[in-house]
Amino acid sequence: MDWVNAIVQGILLGGLYALFAAGLSLMFGVMRFVNIAHGDFIVLGAYGAMVAVAVTGLHPLWALVVVVPGMAALGYVGQRVMLNRTLGDDILPPLLVTFGFSVIIQNVLLEVFSADSQKLQAGWLETASIKLAPSLNIGVMPLLIFVSAVAVIGGLQAFFYKSSLGRVLRATSDDQDTVRLMGANNAQIFAYATAIASAVVGIAGVYLAMRTNFDPSVGPVRLLFAFEAVIIGGLGNLWGTLAGGIILGVSQAIGAQIDPGMQILAGHIAFLVVLVVKPRGLFPKMKG
Amino acid sequence: MSISYTVQRSTRASRVAMTIGAFILIVLLLAPYWAGRGDLRMLVEIFYYLALAQMWSLLAGYGGLVSVGQQAFVGLGGYMMFALAAFAGVPPLLALVLAGVITAVIAAPTALIAFRLQGAYFAIGTWVIAEVFRLTFAQITSLGGGSGMSLPAGIVKSIASSRAGREHLVYWMAMAIALGSILMVFLLLRSRWGLAMTAIRDSEAASESLGVETYITKFLVYVAAAGMTGFVGALIFLQKLRISPDAAFSVQDWTALVIFIVVIGGIGSIEGPIIGVIVFFALREIAADWGSWYLIILGSVAVATMLFAPKGIWGLITSRWDIHLFPVGRRLIVTKKD
Repeated sequence: MDWVNAIVQGILLGGLYALFAAGLSLMFGVMRFVNIAHGDFIVLGAYGAMVAVAVTGLHPLWALVVVVPGMAALGYVGQRVMLNRTLGDDILPPLLVTFGFSVIIQNVLLEVFSADSQKLQAGWLETASIKLAPSLNIGVMPLLIFVSAVAVIGGLQAFFYKSSLGRVLRATSDDQDTVRLMGANNAQIFAYATAIASAVVGIAGVYLAMRTNFDPSVGPVRLLFAFEAVIIGGLGNLWGTLAGGIILGVSQAIGAQIDPGMQILAGHIAFLVVLVVKPRGLFPKMKG
Repeated sequence: MSISYTVQRSTRASRVAMTIGAFILIVLLLAPYWAGRGDLRMLVEIFYYLALAQMWSLLAGYGGLVSVGQQAFVGLGGYMMFALAAFAGVPPLLALVLAGVITAVIAAPTALIAFRLQGAYFAIGTWVIAEVFRLTFAQITSLGGGSGMSLPAGIVKSIASSRAGREHLVYWMAMAIALGSILMVFLLLRSRWGLAMTAIRDSEAASESLGVETYITKFLVYVAAAGMTGFVGALIFLQKLRISPDAAFSVQDWTALVIFIVVIGGIGSIEGPIIGVIVFFALREIAADWGSWYLIILGSVAVATMLFAPKGIWGLITSRWDIHLFPVGRRLIVTKKD
């Protein structure tokens, strides 16, 4: 029963990882762009939630109302002002600029909030659980996060395949130059894509703050989890990213069940195994 | 009228630079006799950062392999040195060299996995691999697990009888590694491998169509750079006399700072990392007491450089004056005779 329990908790944890990964997957899909500061933006969202709760005194879930539009606006402006300048055939500029952002964000957060570990108190949500079997309980919060991940990915999928902006984004993903010939403005399209991805990053940040302890230095590991979920699931496939997150969560849970020190390592190893066996991921949709 | 062509490699600037360089080298070689302990320590740090920067610039600037996981090889080199010296009884200086060799051997299968990813994904993949090494060494209890280990006193004494003697030896080793890394890049760039790498950097598809073995070339460059990085890592922890997983596999110390040095100095040149390392240590001397502001400033300077002067300080200099201190390029001299 311990093992069943570990796997169920791993699946729920995978929902959080899928939320980490959805923004990364989306930005790569549209712009062929990898943001090394992705994890640090999630942590920035978590601190944003902490400040929002401290100022208003409301339940942490209400922080979503502030953090999500805030992050989206930040993403839009950042893309228009900075990141659009770096995009081109050379992969070095976007990589190194976002690597610089990563170090800057970590150290600004360290300066403002100190290295102390933080966590948002979610009250009844933290302790409530549903009994599935005599020794199998699932927490309401992990379940809420998992359901949110499915909703976010379903929403993104619907947006991509049903809306006109979604169609332009998919076209950009296929061939940027042709889309420009058709009269679209790439700089504007990229800014929209980053805004949407950043909104998802905001959701991930609020849930990170409620679910685990965080401090300014935890961003890079979140980036690695997000990246692993995207690669395991297959590039350009959002449902694949959800599956990748779940596989990563379950691998970590199994690792932790064997030895608590093995949790993170087991996730990394699962990723490397997938990379060796199926380098394009389990459910690839586009060419890397 | 006849036209004759000659291919020239060195320029007057490069010959003057070599003469001045030789003079600076002699002064640095004698540093243990004129510099204080603190200065000597800082020079050792300058040397190993210079070597790390040359290796990263070689990978990213010429090989097109942007790695953010070089800390994997710094840490491996350090741990191999400690393990060989403490458990196999290998004399520390021999262990230093062996650590570099073993790191290169471990890097080979690592490359096979990392090379399955391209471009930006390769970068993050190397980071995951470095984390795997960090977490694995944290599990090895004989090497002190997560809290690490110190080099046993007996081994430390076997390097040299006095503390000053040991520090001088480490200094000369560090200087040799820095010069060795410059020489390695220099010779590699002048060889046919260098030509292949430059071609790959400019266009992988075109160079492949001309018969360049792109995969093998990249693989060899990656493994050679890893071996040298491991050698540097072994020296770093021989100086520190203590190693732990978090210090050995630190992304900030061994990759972030190195990337900033190369970007600010100028990527894809031998001169760039030298300038970058000087700028970095000057900034560090000024801002060392400012805590995290120092890293915020350094990161901002690197981001600004990447956005507005992607070839760094050395790129600005060469675009203005066409100076090359290291004769790695070729120029065609056309002379007309009547």
